[in-house]
Amino acid sequence: MIRLEKRPEPSRGFAWAAPILAVIATFFFGGLLFAFLGKDPVQSIVTIFWQPLFGEFAFYYRPQLLIKGAPLVLIAIGLSLGFKAGIWNIGAEGQYIMGALFGAGVGLAFYPAQSAMVFPLMVLAGAFGGWVWAMIPAVLKVKFGTNEILVSLMLVYVAEQFLASMSLGLMKNPEGFGFPGSRNLQQYASAHNAEIVADTGMHWGVVAAIIAVIFAYVLLARHRLGFAIRVTGDAPRAARFSGVNPSRLILFCLGTSGMLAGLAGLFEVSGPSGVVSIDFNVGYGFTAIIVAFLGRLHPVGILLAGLLMALTYIGGDIAQSQMGLPAAAIQVFQGMLLFFLLAFDLFTNFRLRLGRVEVA
Amino acid sequence: MTALLSLSGLTKAYPGVIANDDVSLDIAAGEVHALLGENGAGKSTLVKMIYGLVMPDTGSMAMNGAPYAPAEPRAARAAGVGMVFQHFSLFDALSVAENIALGMEHAPKMRELSRRIREVSDTYGLPLSPDRIVGDLSAGERQRVEIIRCLLQDPKLLIMDEPTSVLTPQEVEILFQTLRKLSAEGTAILYISHKLEEIRSLCDSATILRLGRVVGTCVPRETTARDMAEMMVGKVLATPTRATSQLGDVVLSLNGLSLPSPHAFGMPLRDIHVTLRAGEVLGIGGVAGNGQDELLAALSGEMTAGPGMIALKGEDIGRLGPTARRVRGLLSAPEERLGHAAAPDMSLTENAMLTGAAREGLERRGMLDWAAARSFAKRIIAEFDVRTPGPGNAARSLSGGNLQKFVIGREVLQRPDVLVVNQPTWGVDASAAAAIRQALLDLATGGAAVIAISQDLDELMEISDRFAALNEGRLSDPRPAQGLSVEEIGLMMGGAHGMEVAHV
Repeated sequence: MIRLEKRPEPSRGFAWAAPILAVIATFFFGGLLFAFLGKDPVQSIVTIFWQPLFGEFAFYYRPQLLIKGAPLVLIAIGLSLGFKAGIWNIGAEGQYIMGALFGAGVGLAFYPAQSAMVFPLMVLAGAFGGWVWAMIPAVLKVKFGTNEILVSLMLVYVAEQFLASMSLGLMKNPEGFGFPGSRNLQQYASAHNAEIVADTGMHWGVVAAIIAVIFAYVLLARHRLGFAIRVTGDAPRAARFSGVNPSRLILFCLGTSGMLAGLAGLFEVSGPSGVVSIDFNVGYGFTAIIVAFLGRLHPVGILLAGLLMALTYIGGDIAQSQMGLPAAAIQVFQGMLLFFLLAFDLFTNFRLRLGRVEVA
Repeated sequence: MTALLSLSGLTKAYPGVIANDDVSLDIAAGEVHALLGENGAGKSTLVKMIYGLVMPDTGSMAMNGAPYAPAEPRAARAAGVGMVFQHFSLFDALSVAENIALGMEHAPKMRELSRRIREVSDTYGLPLSPDRIVGDLSAGERQRVEIIRCLLQDPKLLIMDEPTSVLTPQEVEILFQTLRKLSAEGTAILYISHKLEEIRSLCDSATILRLGRVVGTCVPRETTARDMAEMMVGKVLATPTRATSQLGDVVLSLNGLSLPSPHAFGMPLRDIHVTLRAGEVLGIGGVAGNGQDELLAALSGEMTAGPGMIALKGEDIGRLGPTARRVRGLLSAPEERLGHAAAPDMSLTENAMLTGAAREGLERRGMLDWAAARSFAKRIIAEFDVRTPGPGNAARSLSGGNLQKFVIGREVLQRPDVLVVNQPTWGVDASAAAAIRQALLDLATGGAAVIAISQDLDELMEISDRFAALNEGRLSDPRPAQGLSVEEIGLMMGGAHGMEVAHV
C-alpha cells in the first residue's frame, strides 16, 4: 500500500524542483497527447517552445512575449499576495476590465487635447478603477462575512456588461461609422502607451510589472505587512495573536490585487489593444491565477511563470497555424502544467511511504 | 489468577523512535490496572495496539487464552474492548442519542436506543438525557456520552485515556465510583494517567513505562506518589522553588470584564473582577471550556473589551490590540502551541518575530530585521534549553515540550510586566514542565505579575500565591493558595456540575 506521510520539515529541495519536474512531465505527457493526435511530438514541443524565441520569425514573436507576459505578471503578483494569506480574489478579470474602462474613460474625455498629464492621469484612473471593483468584495467580506470568491467572480460578469455597454454607448467612437468600439488610443499620442524602445514590446506595463515584482519581493521578505500576510496564510489564529488585524489585511490584499489588475487593463487598452471593445478582455485575469500558482506565489517565480505562460500562448498559436493542432489540445497542454505542478508540490510537505496502512 | 488480556513482548517501531519495546503485561477480569508514564513513554501506542488502531511489529496478545490480534477497532470492540479517548469525538450539533448511534455498528431504532441509554445511565449513576444537544453539554457530561457509548457494547475491558483531565475533583470522585462499580461487576479497566494520587486511590496494580519499556510494576496503594513519579521520570525530581518576594503595586486590574462568546459553542466572560500586584502569581483553575481561552484572548488583545474593563498600570487598555498591549508590557502565551502561539510551518526565527517584533526592536518603521530575530531565537533556544538543530527549523518539527519551552521563553525573555499563560505545561514531559514552572516563578521573583491559567491543580498549587477558578465564564474571588483544600477548590470550580453518585 502506498501512502503519504507528512514531512517534519518542508523540503527546500522539492520546493525548487517541483516546477522543473512539472515542466518535464508536461513535455512528456503533452508530447504523448500530440502523438495521439497524429502529430510529431518532438516537433510540436519545439514549435511551442523554440519557434517563438529562436525560430525564423522570432523578431516578431519576441516582443509578443513581453506584451502577453506583462499583464499576466502584473495581475498574478497582486493575486499572490492575497492567495498567500488565504484571501481568494478570483475576479481579477473584472478588475482588469474596470481598470481599462476608467483609464480609457479619462483618456477619451480629454480627447483631442495634447498634454503630458493625460497618460499619468489615465494610469491613476486605471489603478483606481481596479481598486474600486476589488473593494466591493473586500468591504462585503469585512462587513458581512460574504465569500470573496463568489462575489469577486460574479463581478467579472457585471464588469463585462459594463464593457459591452461602454463600447456600444458612452465610449463608442463618434467617427466610427456606427461600429462598436471606442476611438483608437494608439492614434491619440497623449494617451498612447507606446513602446519605450521600438520593436521590443517594452511598454509602460512591462515597467510596471517589473516594479511590482520588486515591490512584492521586498514586501514579503522584509516588511511587517508581508510577514503578516505569510503568517495569516500559515496560521490565522497565530496571526491574530501576533497582532494582525484580519479586516485590514483583507482590504489591503484585495485592494492591491485589484489595483494591479486595473493597471494591467489600462496598459493594455492604451497600448497593444488600443480600443475599448466588446471582446477587449481575453482571460488574462483568469490565466494569472495559474501563473500565480505556477510561480509558487513567489514574486520571482511569478515573473518566470508569466513568461513561460506567455510563451505557451504564442507557441500554441504558432502550433495551431503551422501544424494544425487543435486549440483545445493547447489548452489541455497548459492545464497539464498546473496539474503537474500541484501534484509535485505535494511532495514538498509529504513523502511517499510503502507499507501497511495505520491510523496513528 | 487467569488473565483476561495478556500482552507479551509487544514491540512497535516508528521511523526514528521505538514507541514500545518488548512490553508485556497481564490484566485480570475486574482488575483496575494503571498504565503510567510521561508523555512519549509509549502509553498511547500500547493502547492503540490493544484497540486495533496500530499493529505491533512483533509480540502477541491473548484474550482469555485465545490469540487476539484485532486488525481494526471494530474487531477490538467485537472482542469486548471499549475505549474512552482523551479527546472526544462528538458532533456538537447532534443529540446525545444520535452521537451514540453514529458510533455503533448496528444502531437500534432511536426510541429503543434512548431507552437503553437511560437504563445504562441509571445503573451507573451517569445521568444523561438522550435528547440533549452535545454542544450544550459540559466537558464532564461529554465524557459521560463517551463512557455510555462504550458501556452499551457491554465491554469486558474498558480503556480510559486520561479521563480526569477535564473534570472537577467532585466529578472525578463520581467517575471513580462508576469505575469501581464496573470493576466489581467483573469489567477490567486499563487506566492511563500521570496523576499519581488518582491512581493510588483507584487502581489495583500499575505498570510503569519509560521510553517505550516497562521499567517497573507496583501496587499503587502501597507505593508513594513520589516513588512512582521517580520511576516514571527515571531520576530524582526537583520541586520548583521560589525566593519569597515583596508584592509591589497593582499592575493589572480587571473591572467587570464581560465579553460575549466569540463563537457558537464558546463561553461568554461574565463580570470578572480581579487585581494583580507586581511579583504575584495568580493561578486560575477550572474545567476546560469555562472561559479559559476567552479570558486569555481578552487579555492578549485578540478580543477587545469595553472601556474601563482592563487597566494596566492605571492605563485603560481594553480597546488596544495585541501589539499595543505588548508594547505596554502585557504579554501572553495561549494554550494551543501549534497554530495559535506559533505558526507551524514557519521557522523558529519567524516565530520569534511573531510576538517579539515590537519589544525586542526587531522592526524599524515596518521593515523587519531578520538578523536580530535570528539572534533573539537563538537566545531563547539557549536560555530555555530548546532541543532543536537551530533557529531555521520549522516550529512543527519540535516536540511538544520543546516548542512549549520556546513559546514560554519567547515571552519571558521579553521582560513582561504582566505575563498571562494558558496551560503552560499541557502535554509537556515532567522535566520540561519543571523548567517552565521555575521560569514563571523566577519571573515573578523579578517583579513581574503572572497569571497562570491551568487545568492541572497540582501545578497551580505549586506556583500560585493566590488561586481563583473559572466557572461558566465567571471568576471566583481569589483566595490565598496556601492551605486551600481539594474540596474547597472543587467548590470554587463549580462543584459536580449536577452529577450524582453512583448507587453502588
